[in-house]
Amino acid sequence: MSKGLTWRISLIVFFLFCSLLYLAPTLFANLPSWWTGPFLPKDKISLGLDLQGGIHLVMEVETQKAVEGQLDIIATDMEDTLNGKNLRFKKVSRLGGDRIAIVLYDKGTVASVETLLKEKYPRLQLLAPFDEGGFLNLQMKMSDAEIETVKDKSVQQALETIRNRIDQFGVSEPVIQREGIKNIVVQLPGVKDPKRAIELIGKTARLEFKLVNEEVNPATATQGTLSDEDEILTEKRVDPDTGIVSEIPYVLKKKTLITGDLLTDAQVQIDSQFNQPYVAISFNSVGAKLFDQVTAANVGKRFAIVLDKNIYSAPVIRERISGGNAQISGSFTEKEASDLAIVLRAGALPAPVKILQNVTVGPSLGQDSIRKGLMAGLVGVLLVVCFMAIYYKLSGMIANVGMVLNIVYLMGALAVFGATLTLPGIAAIVLLIGMAVDANVLIFERIREELRLGKTPKAALDSGYDKAFLTIMDSHVTTLITAAVLFQFGTGPVKGFAVTLSLGVIINLFTSLVGTKVVFDYFLGRGRATKISI
Amino acid sequence: MQIIGKTKFDFIGKRKISFTISSIIAIIGIVAIVQISRGATNMGIDFTGGTALQLKFEKPIALQDARKALSREGMEVSLQEITDGNKLLIKVGKTTLATGVVAETVENVFKKEFTANPFIVESSTEIGPSIGEKLRKDTLVAIVVAMFGIILYIAWRFDLKFGIAAALATFHDVLAILAIFYILDKEVNLLLITAVLTIAGYSLTDTVVVFDRIRENMHKNMKESLATVFNLSINEVLSRTIITALTTLLAALSLFLFGGEVIHDFSFALVVGILVGTYSSIFVASPLVVLWENRALRNKV
Repeated sequence: MSKGLTWRISLIVFFLFCSLLYLAPTLFANLPSWWTGPFLPKDKISLGLDLQGGIHLVMEVETQKAVEGQLDIIATDMEDTLNGKNLRFKKVSRLGGDRIAIVLYDKGTVASVETLLKEKYPRLQLLAPFDEGGFLNLQMKMSDAEIETVKDKSVQQALETIRNRIDQFGVSEPVIQREGIKNIVVQLPGVKDPKRAIELIGKTARLEFKLVNEEVNPATATQGTLSDEDEILTEKRVDPDTGIVSEIPYVLKKKTLITGDLLTDAQVQIDSQFNQPYVAISFNSVGAKLFDQVTAANVGKRFAIVLDKNIYSAPVIRERISGGNAQISGSFTEKEASDLAIVLRAGALPAPVKILQNVTVGPSLGQDSIRKGLMAGLVGVLLVVCFMAIYYKLSGMIANVGMVLNIVYLMGALAVFGATLTLPGIAAIVLLIGMAVDANVLIFERIREELRLGKTPKAALDSGYDKAFLTIMDSHVTTLITAAVLFQFGTGPVKGFAVTLSLGVIINLFTSLVGTKVVFDYFLGRGRATKISI
Repeated sequence: MQIIGKTKFDFIGKRKISFTISSIIAIIGIVAIVQISRGATNMGIDFTGGTALQLKFEKPIALQDARKALSREGMEVSLQEITDGNKLLIKVGKTTLATGVVAETVENVFKKEFTANPFIVESSTEIGPSIGEKLRKDTLVAIVVAMFGIILYIAWRFDLKFGIAAALATFHDVLAILAIFYILDKEVNLLLITAVLTIAGYSLTDTVVVFDRIRENMHKNMKESLATVFNLSINEVLSRTIITALTTLLAALSLFLFGGEVIHDFSFALVVGILVGTYSSIFVASPLVVLWENRALRNKV
């Protein structure tokens, strides 16, 4: 045996060993107990969502809303600051998407207000005041750079919040990542109740406590007749017996007294009297103090608990509540209550999210796809193997061995790179079965030609491999070019196809040029063979 | 064993016929591209935005009944039946309903109207219009980049005339797949584009095989006419052109026949592409080069 041959055979065996090693966790559900240590691979080839079922979501964070929310908070804070310094003003409000307008009564206060605001809000730009129908309009503008920062932070924070919620919901191997400037991609494999999961993720969960304005009759009030400081929101009530949903309007004071940011915990409890679930919430020290103050000042009034502009309940404050514990009751099922507790614990999203794309695949379709994909692969292999064996006899069988080697290496490589197998990925493997023998077909045809010219088997073999080499390279490179493009622009399943195809084509170069040649060299190398079965 | 022995077909001489056929295909293909860019064909929701649902019923369901029930709710849908397993594909394009509730509305209609025939949701896809628009742009860029890459590589390996002829033949294959999908009113979606790009890469293999042989023979017999050398070369490599295509076709066919509904159209595009690719490497790419070279020679004299 020549030296080169030993070297090549060792390489083939080595690769085979590696492939099987990396495939072991995928092939065997229960690995033996001795399969431990840092050197043995444990990762499986993961299945794409199209094969195992699950949800793929692309969401857009409405970042402009986060900026507006931030400005609203600053505006409220400004009111308090000015009140605290006894500086008289007519109105403080957000103006559009980037500024706050402060309307003052007289010129005398302008200078002191300006100094105060400049000192307290250095991140905002103070614009020159102008006269507005006898009043003075002072504006503070958020710079473009600052707006970008707020937007960027809001996406980051939304990502964290969503991750938190999903962790608490309990999904194995979720993918949660940022895509582009304001999109978030969430993949939840194997989720049974997609609707519930989407609701849980997409809920803004902004919890607010507001006072009910009982001086206005909600039945006759419209948004037009209300003063600037009030708003109408509704409470949805579900009749437990008939299931009929009724909407009860309330007039609330717009000002938010307490928000969900001040919560430390939220748990589902069951009301022992009515056997109804409710969510028990606890405030942190700041929240507890605030809650204490607000309830003390408003005994006898109704206090609305508002989540994302929907009223959950509006109980009457019977007495001052200290200690920072409260409860949210409403007509919800235990599941809804537990989801509510999760979103309250995980915190609110800094801005609402919009679902741009929602792909949900049920587990049955995934199973079906795997079964059919395997079937197609099996039939493909069988057809190709039979054809090659009949057409090229023994040489055809050698090409078949090369093809099988190609597929095993490919699966091994997929395991090494931790690639995800998708249905188009399976299609790529099946297609590769056909393409894998192509290189050998080119070589064999060349060998036949050389044999017809009267060359010896050994010489025909060598020149067959030599002369076909460049052609094979060319065809592989062109396939790789398109696969690379597909990888660049494709998403999910298409990417899986591109990865599988490129890996397969690269491996094919080795198996068809080195792998099959070794077998021929081994049998013809000693120079005794006078015939080649082709 | 040998299917094709020594042959002496006059491929180049048949170029009037083949060019006529190919021109017709190409024109339909270009019409298809125009229609696709206008969104006037059967577009997949990944390009247009919208909702698609695949429901699996317990009992067979009549298409008319389903359509009637949905239209009562004011929904314009396109329905497709998958007879294997009582499945129904429902595609909803633009509606007045907001993204996110369309799927639920459709499900509720079936729950209400077909109480005796329960179903499960096998898959549901909702895509907002902004994603579709981005994807359309990305796809266009991808196709242009892929074609450009192929031309560059072939031009570098052979010369510009061969490169452009190979690229034209490849483009011809792409047009042919699109033309057939357009005529059969099959859905144009991301998977089809994937198949098209795959075929663009694959169909070059045959062209390269032929070109390689032509170049080899051109060095050997300088005296023969171009058409003779080209014909000789194509005939010499005919059997491998056909057999490489055949093995890949076997694999693609088994995908088409057994791979299931999700990749049915995808594998159909592959099958068409492999067939057309083989035809074009023989009847389009080489005759184009001959035509071009002859014109260049005449101009010199």
